Amino acid sequence: MADTDQSVRPRRAGVPVSRRVLPGFGLSLGVTLFFISLVLLLPISGLVIHTAGMGWEQFWFVVTDPRVVASFKVTVLAALAASLFNCVFGLLMAWVLVRYEFPGKRLLDAIMDLPFALPTAVAGITLATLFAESGWYGRVLAEFGIEVAYTPLGIVVAMAFTSVPFVVRTVQPVLEELPPEDEEAAVSLGASDWTVFRRILFPVLWPALVTGGGLSFARSLGEYGAVVFIAGNSPYVSEVISLMIFVRLEEYDFAAASAIASVVMGVSLLLLLAINVWQGRYLKRLHGGRG
Amino acid sequence: MTIEIDGINKSFGQFQALRDIDLAIPDGQLTALLGPSGSGKTTLLRSIAGLENPDRGRILFSGEDVTGLHVRERRVGFVFQHYALFRHMTVSENVAFGLKVMPRRERPSKREIRRRVRELLEMVQLDHLAGRYPAQLSGGQKQRIALARAMAKRPEILLLDEPFGALDAKVRKELRRWLRSLHDELHFTSVFVTHDQEEALELSDQVVVMRQGRVEQVDSPLALYSQPDSRFVFNFLGQVNALSGAISGGVLRQGEAWVRLPESCDDDDAELYLRPHEVRLTQEPSRDAHLPFRIEAINVIGAEVRVELRPDGWESEELWEVGITHSAFNARQPRRGDRCYAVPDVGHLFCDHLSEPKTLSWYESAG
Repeated sequence: MADTDQSVRPRRAGVPVSRRVLPGFGLSLGVTLFFISLVLLLPISGLVIHTAGMGWEQFWFVVTDPRVVASFKVTVLAALAASLFNCVFGLLMAWVLVRYEFPGKRLLDAIMDLPFALPTAVAGITLATLFAESGWYGRVLAEFGIEVAYTPLGIVVAMAFTSVPFVVRTVQPVLEELPPEDEEAAVSLGASDWTVFRRILFPVLWPALVTGGGLSFARSLGEYGAVVFIAGNSPYVSEVISLMIFVRLEEYDFAAASAIASVVMGVSLLLLLAINVWQGRYLKRLHGGRG
Repeated sequence: MTIEIDGINKSFGQFQALRDIDLAIPDGQLTALLGPSGSGKTTLLRSIAGLENPDRGRILFSGEDVTGLHVRERRVGFVFQHYALFRHMTVSENVAFGLKVMPRRERPSKREIRRRVRELLEMVQLDHLAGRYPAQLSGGQKQRIALARAMAKRPEILLLDEPFGALDAKVRKELRRWLRSLHDELHFTSVFVTHDQEEALELSDQVVVMRQGRVEQVDSPLALYSQPDSRFVFNFLGQVNALSGAISGGVLRQGEAWVRLPESCDDDDAELYLRPHEVRLTQEPSRDAHLPFRIEAINVIGAEVRVELRPDGWESEELWEVGITHSAFNARQPRRGDRCYAVPDVGHLFCDHLSEPKTLSWYESAG
């Protein structure tokens, strides 16, 4: 034993022993932090500083302008409707992609990402054309007296279209991981198909669905490109908040623009934080209180 | 409740998992389905449960045809290999699940459900864990909860898929004994799948050995071990020492090795199979057998010393293994490379032109 001890010992004094097996921790973490600061933190703090310069009273005045408040309402309601729609439709899409085998499945899987890849302006123009009164969908819907283009409903359609992959892509891996034995166990205990979905599948999918829905909502709040083409943008009716920021910018009122932007940012951040906290607690329970 | 399986066939695409299975599983007994992986044992178990639909054939519970019945209506308890506990429910919610999802008319009252759950948890000796989530339990505890859950609706048939496969050796042994005693107490008909021959032999009343989708042999554990029908069963149930050669004039011979057969046999190519405990080690060859070896390795394993032997002057596909007692080991002090001889007491002869093996004994001729 004594000689093995000695063979281990010779090591230059003062050189700390690296306990990490994976190399490059310092460098990669440094680059990551630098990049995040450059791309995220710096602009965000710039925005906050810019806004802070204007004083509370003026901030409140800008933010509570009736037209701005109306656009807030339109945006939040439309985003809410869009993300709820996406939760249902995205869950269905994920279910189909995971549970069934059919020709063209891989193609469909690839197409799911199209809304992310497509320039939002292209999406907006396409949707506006389709849903216009003379468009393919618009013509059919007009017969039922439903107007989509240039109404708040159009905003919902555009938001839903651009953010549906969030739900599909968060739910899909969870569904894939779900062991079929869980369902088989439930059925062998006499549960009906609906009970299996409600009591076994849904509670496990729920956190992913909330995350996907939350991301979809946050993205919809800020959606600009796809929305402006189909929304009609009439003040107090179908103006979204990101358009309001743009309008203020066009008026060279940078302070007002950043004030409104900071509110949107605050809401998005709070939402994501809330989802993370809630989900952390929920998942902790599933993993036996060990996080 | 008896289970009869009548001409079951099942294919997955090109792969035929079950071929013409006929089997009767007696009431109130523990039956093991034993076989290597891919032998169809799990598919058979799942077919009994109704989780798999056979392509052809019938399944009867106490004479009643249940082939067309959905899992839901078969009223069997099924325990999955990886427990399949619902991880978002507590232990007691898991156990209560089967009772809570019953149609309102048949469902017991809430109080009755609570009482039954407590009873079941006491039965598996885990009533102190009622409020825990599955992630907070050990493997053995999870398996017992899975068992309690499967028993909640008092099924008359309990099916277990590799119930102890994922547990470590000590817990496995403990749970095996516990399941055995539970079974003796409650007398349900149970069928379990295993690839562990020791588990099958220790736990069951009847063992069904399967191979490539067919039933190879059905017998009690003792009969199976002492009188296997086929080379496969012999090989599968524990260590085998084999001498393959040709019989001529009542002597099985290969190279320098030969064994004089105590019974008359026709000249044929044949294999003699011997269990480690059916062979003795000596310094000199006996009158009936000349099986020279060199000692390859000596392993002290618990209660006995296992000696690995390499054939000397003849060939064998695998090394021979003979167990000797510690006292014999201490008396003789064998060492690696020593030459020694094996003397058979009992052996099993598989002749190429006979379908049935012959069990041979050298006791009388030696004495």
